[in-house]
Amino acid sequence: MTARILTVDDSASIRLTTKVTLSNAGYDITEAVNGAEGLEKAKSGQFDLIVTDLNMPVMDGLTMIEELRKLPAHTGVPIIFLTTESDADLKARAKAAGATGWLTKPFDPETLVKIVRKVLGR
Amino acid sequence: MSMTDPIAVFRMEAAELFEQIESGLLDLTHRLDDRDQIDAVFRGLHTLKGSGAMFGFDALAAFTHHCETAFDRVRKGEKPATSELIAAVLAAQDHMRALVDRPMDDHGNIGDILLSQLQRAVEGDAPVTALVPTIQAEPAAVAVKSAGNTWRIRFSLPVNSMVNGTNPLGLLDELRDLGECRIAVNTSAIPSLDVLVPTDLHLSWDVTVTTDQPRSAIDDVFIFVLDDMQLDVETLTDGVAVIAEPAAVQAEQPVPVVLPVAAIAPATLPVPAQAPAAPAVEREVPGSNDARQAKAAENVRVPAERLDELMDRVGELVIAQSRLRQLASSSMDLQLRSVSEEIERLSGELRDTMMVLRMVPVGSLFGRFRRLVHDLARETGKVIELVTEGETTEVDKTVIERLADPLVHLVRNSIDHGLETPEERRAAGKDEAGKIMLSARQAGGEVIITIKDDGRGINRERVRAKAEASGLIQPGAALSDQDLLQLIFAPGFSTAAQVTNLSGRGVGMDVVKKTVETLRGAIDITSHAGQGSDVSLRIPLTLAIIDGLLVRVGTGRYVIPLSAVEECLELSLEEDLRSRGRSFISLRDSLVPFLRLRDLFRTGTKPDAHQKVVVISTGTERVGMVVDQIIGDHQTVIKSMSKLHHDVATFSGATILGDGSVALILDVAHLVAAGQQQEAQVRAAG
Repeated sequence: MTARILTVDDSASIRLTTKVTLSNAGYDITEAVNGAEGLEKAKSGQFDLIVTDLNMPVMDGLTMIEELRKLPAHTGVPIIFLTTESDADLKARAKAAGATGWLTKPFDPETLVKIVRKVLGR
Repeated sequence: MSMTDPIAVFRMEAAELFEQIESGLLDLTHRLDDRDQIDAVFRGLHTLKGSGAMFGFDALAAFTHHCETAFDRVRKGEKPATSELIAAVLAAQDHMRALVDRPMDDHGNIGDILLSQLQRAVEGDAPVTALVPTIQAEPAAVAVKSAGNTWRIRFSLPVNSMVNGTNPLGLLDELRDLGECRIAVNTSAIPSLDVLVPTDLHLSWDVTVTTDQPRSAIDDVFIFVLDDMQLDVETLTDGVAVIAEPAAVQAEQPVPVVLPVAAIAPATLPVPAQAPAAPAVEREVPGSNDARQAKAAENVRVPAERLDELMDRVGELVIAQSRLRQLASSSMDLQLRSVSEEIERLSGELRDTMMVLRMVPVGSLFGRFRRLVHDLARETGKVIELVTEGETTEVDKTVIERLADPLVHLVRNSIDHGLETPEERRAAGKDEAGKIMLSARQAGGEVIITIKDDGRGINRERVRAKAEASGLIQPGAALSDQDLLQLIFAPGFSTAAQVTNLSGRGVGMDVVKKTVETLRGAIDITSHAGQGSDVSLRIPLTLAIIDGLLVRVGTGRYVIPLSAVEECLELSLEEDLRSRGRSFISLRDSLVPFLRLRDLFRTGTKPDAHQKVVVISTGTERVGMVVDQIIGDHQTVIKSMSKLHHDVATFSGATILGDGSVALILDVAHLVAAGQQQEAQVRAAG
């Protein structure tokens, strides 16, 4: 079955790149523009993976990850966050919030697919 | 623009980010400690940097990175936001725009200069180098190419790692991808069933792998959990453990079971996604976000060209519908008539909805003036307060775009000529800060945009003197107050005693008037000495569909925009003959020049016995148009003329009539000017 991925980013260009890349890689993509919308969409559907930005208006990625992990249905769903800097502090906070892994921006499409495959497993 | 081209999407997004950054910065000038705005600006810079790097705008990403670094110190509260800092970031932002628009150009050292300005603004006088980090030498990757090393890897993961989405099976799979693998699992830490939490992870592994990959490949497998896990890696040479670090020596643990990984997996590892059987409990998003979240979700971005396409289709539908109505009205079929009426109603509603879709709040236009006013205030040394009102008033998108330049001219003009210096204002007993008020409101089918200042007002004597000197009016000519004030929109007119950087060289104000007239709008001015001026632009809400008056001239049919029509009169044949040579009609004690469209269009037909004069005006000037027949009002969907006919000034566009034939739309501004010119020629001839 096609894995379903939720991508959450306030940047339209990054959303587009992510969507095109992952769709081409054979995944089913749902998009959200901020943490609040991401949380809403995650609640109304089951996803195999969530890829999210951290710095977003309305609700940031950290808060969304925390909220998601409080939902029983989202226990164990891998969450990848995008981060621009290799900021150890932010990374640690995202992981403490319950993230599975990260991807440093800028990323090339191959890296994104590689990370997604890694986290989704076989 | 294609929505599937990421570069184009990035550019569009960058434009929005610039707006966000700029408006945040300008808000900050009023409240230097506004955390929300500081965050918004930082987030804007941050996203710009990230997306810029993604899409190959490397110079932009690097430059923005430095700005972000500087601004981050403000965000973290280490440095205060100051007006110098805001000006520096604004200037830096202009450079970023240039880097987005022309990424391939050589921008010289502008970036460095801007960064050092920014640096000074953040730090006071600290040396520039602090901001531009020296490029750190990347530690050369120590790639010890080893052919067929055997590694012993012992690891355990944090107890909550499955909850957090890490799949241990995936990690084992990745280790197996490295080379031949033997995997042993240690289950001794699993608690008894009654205290077992199924999603917790209590296993540890002992893996032996033979691979030609370097040591770093093993770390890569565990990259996301490396900081939190227990990981011991040793090389085994000829089956003998060579201990890499003495500290890692451990008493050999009894290895409990050695099983192929496939065998242990289903039994001992709960699959994370299936683990919780409890029903999903809905959690509320923190309340304050709800409204904004809902709002964000309700908006859909659509490229303008698609709206235009849709508008075209709606226009065609309206035309087809009017043909249907013609057919139905001449038919006796009642069912056809009722369907026709239904379609008429629906297409009317569709058209109205379409109009609303194209409307954007005028606030998006006002936003840019905050920056302009900010810059001009710094430039002129005047203290200026910009007040905006009615930002939510909605206007057709095309109108907004075309209004931007005229409004810039008007605001500049108010600041340059209208507002006094703080000293002059104090002397006049006014508040030191001059006020510029931009407001918008809707009135009927028009939107009225007003630029108001509380400056010195327009000096009518100087306007008159200047107009006389430049030959615009005869010395001593009797002019109404409005006509006198309107002179400032005459081509080549400028009252600035000295041409300043701001107002330019007297070009502009006439362009303002022309643009407003092409939008079928009008300008009103009022001004009181010492109290300020008030320039109002009256613009129709939409450009795409107008109410027109359909007329016939010879055999051709034409549309006159109804908003320009003042009245219609009859011109009998006798009256026409009597007036021959002097093309004026007397209209309530004033003479109005008129144009014979039959002559103008060279129809070669005989005039109807009862010609009509349609009096049109541009607000201040009136001209009559002699037509053969007035057919009636007509919902006109405006189609622009082809490029081939671009220089035909008499017509502003074309429309398709109910029977499928084409009617041209008269360009009112041009015809009024032509009529006035004819009047001037007749007067000159004596």
